[in-house]
Amino acid sequence: MNLDFTPEEEEFRAEVRSFLKAKLPARIADKVRTGKRLHKKDHEEWHSILHERGWLASHWPTEFGGPGWTTAQAHIFDEEVSLAFAPRVVPFGVSMLGPVLIKYGTSAQKEHWLPRILDGTDWWCQGYSEPGAGSDLASLKTSAIREGDHYLVNGQKTWTTLAQYADMIFCLVRTSTEGKKQSGISFLLIDMTSPGVEVRPIITLEGEHEVNEIFFTDVRVPVENLVGEENMGWTYAKYLLTYERTSEARIGAATAALSFLKEVAQDEEKGGRPLAEDPFFAARIARVEIDLENMKTTNLRVLADSASSAAPLELSAMLKIRGTEIRQELASLTRIALGPYAQPFVSEALDEDFPGPPIGPDYAAGIAAHYFNERKLSIFAGSNEVQREIITKVSLEL
Amino acid sequence: MLAETLGRFLQKRYPVEVRHEISASAAGWSSAHWAELAELGILGGLVPEAAGGFGGSGFDIAAIFEQLGRAMAVEPFLGTLMATRTLAMVGGHDELIGDILGGASILAFAHEEPTSRYDLTNIAARARLDGDTWLLNGSKAVVVHLEAADDIVVSARIAGARGDRAGIGLFLVKRAAAGVGVEGYPLIDGGRAGELQLANTPSTLLTDDAYPVLEDVVAAGIVALSWEAVGIMDMIKTTTLDYLRTRQQFGVPIGKFQALQHRMATVALEIEQARSAAINAANGLQGDRAKRERSASAAKYTIGRAGTLVAEEAIQLHGGMGMTWELPVSHLAKRLIMIGHQLGDEDHHLARFIAFEQAA
Repeated sequence: MNLDFTPEEEEFRAEVRSFLKAKLPARIADKVRTGKRLHKKDHEEWHSILHERGWLASHWPTEFGGPGWTTAQAHIFDEEVSLAFAPRVVPFGVSMLGPVLIKYGTSAQKEHWLPRILDGTDWWCQGYSEPGAGSDLASLKTSAIREGDHYLVNGQKTWTTLAQYADMIFCLVRTSTEGKKQSGISFLLIDMTSPGVEVRPIITLEGEHEVNEIFFTDVRVPVENLVGEENMGWTYAKYLLTYERTSEARIGAATAALSFLKEVAQDEEKGGRPLAEDPFFAARIARVEIDLENMKTTNLRVLADSASSAAPLELSAMLKIRGTEIRQELASLTRIALGPYAQPFVSEALDEDFPGPPIGPDYAAGIAAHYFNERKLSIFAGSNEVQREIITKVSLEL
Repeated sequence: MLAETLGRFLQKRYPVEVRHEISASAAGWSSAHWAELAELGILGGLVPEAAGGFGGSGFDIAAIFEQLGRAMAVEPFLGTLMATRTLAMVGGHDELIGDILGGASILAFAHEEPTSRYDLTNIAARARLDGDTWLLNGSKAVVVHLEAADDIVVSARIAGARGDRAGIGLFLVKRAAAGVGVEGYPLIDGGRAGELQLANTPSTLLTDDAYPVLEDVVAAGIVALSWEAVGIMDMIKTTTLDYLRTRQQFGVPIGKFQALQHRMATVALEIEQARSAAINAANGLQGDRAKRERSASAAKYTIGRAGTLVAEEAIQLHGGMGMTWELPVSHLAKRLIMIGHQLGDEDHHLARFIAFEQAA
């Protein structure tokens, strides 16, 4: 099996690198590298730079404004972008809704919404989880009742990432209570400025506001905002989730995190020598590095096996589990590397205009908070327990 | 008896909302609560009778810190323990110990330096005699409740180089003394600490042969942190079991799923192993050096490893709710993880344990 990229693909990699070198603002890359806070404008700035080059929606077909890359090219692009410490493209519009609209949307929906995703007119968020429907997503209760030319939506969504910035939300809603719980779900696009939509922040353990609860009270949604057929939303959601899980392998992000860990371990001292030379710590780094090397090949095998970007369910589950475990371990080792300086936490020091001197090493400010935040990786996008269930049932047939 | 009094006090006067308020306050601790605890005689439990207290054994320390862990108390108990233990060992400071136990004076313990990475001998701060005054120069890292301290116990080299056991002295520095620089900040798991800079700072010599004292005092600190961790882990176990029994998914409480049952069983097992390690360390504190140091390192290694597992599993088993500021479990998990960053991490104590085995 040849795992090497072709000369054309390597040429493409060089092209991506030179683009990043010229266009990725150093200010933004530095924030990503050291775990500083990214604001809405940072994301928008980076999106517009990518859009200008035609590279924002890396896996969309050309007819909708994508670059028309092969899966290998999209993979190379993701890897290079992460290694350069570019922010991750905010996935909700580009990576989640976009592919669903392209596959299941009407031509009117595609013409209206896709260009607005690319040019940043609409910031999208994802309305899936509910307080009573987490791992058991299909038990969701938010209801949409058809009344003439609109739906009346009532209910609550939760863990909605960056909803505080969002103009629009794509939601799974219940349009029928008959039959299996999966069969009464529809996929609806809702304007966040509609009367009856209320966003409340959820503060996470490290003190940040990243996720939200959203309450819907008699919210009127035009019927043309239904994607696909009524009661077929679970099919579309599964398509989207498969994409989400595959992308959660985040090989590039893990590779970048490994290089940051090595940088920290080189700078930290133990007994007057770099921590990286301590046999105990070197072994910890080596173990995760080997796991990541293996994961890269697993990922390439998945890419090679799948004609589309949607991998087989059990393989995408494996990528999600091990990909998130690796990133959590890297965040954990970077925290451990800091020694006593993992403890100080000056929240304002995560802002770019913080005037104060750093506490301890200049890279330390966000590391422990990042470690705690990364605990979410094994919980969200289908908890790793749910992924193991998928492997057990779909692949192992137990 | 003391532990029961403390436990009742904390349950009544230190509920989690109060704890968060105190932790986020400008001071990062509550002098009012501290005064009441001194009044109740709790602080005396940290100090041996010969030095004016009525405790100070491994199990006295254990009983107090277990309760502090359960309540996630942010008050300066660890610094008080380590500073008073130092003063008691060197002798001749009964009046100051009396002030501390009465709540009139707060002490911090400053040994770790920016690059010493838990190694007790890796000390670069220097002490030199100028006439009959000891002047100190150097930096100390992440000194817990430094801003609150009236006096600071500080280690500094009288002779030798980093890595030498000999030549380290312990000194008493007035917080208000010339050349004392303090930069305070909040900690991610609650409360505050600070960076200490010393520039020709006058001080009082406590001992010029500090290494044996440091070993004993750090071992006592490890007993304290290990039992704080045990208290936290017991709280985590209770709250996680409660969640597994009440949270419904797929029509049943999630605790009915065998995958989660087995993980919780492992958590329970690790907590008992950690408790045993903490008992060994509390017992070892009264033993000879080999017994004390071996059991302290074994405990801190165990607490580090088990603590990480218990904290991470607690968040995972709580799902998204475990990620929220709102639930106490996230704060218990943060403190448990950060105990691993005080007085030596897993790798440090594993290496130390190996060194003791090989020397034996």
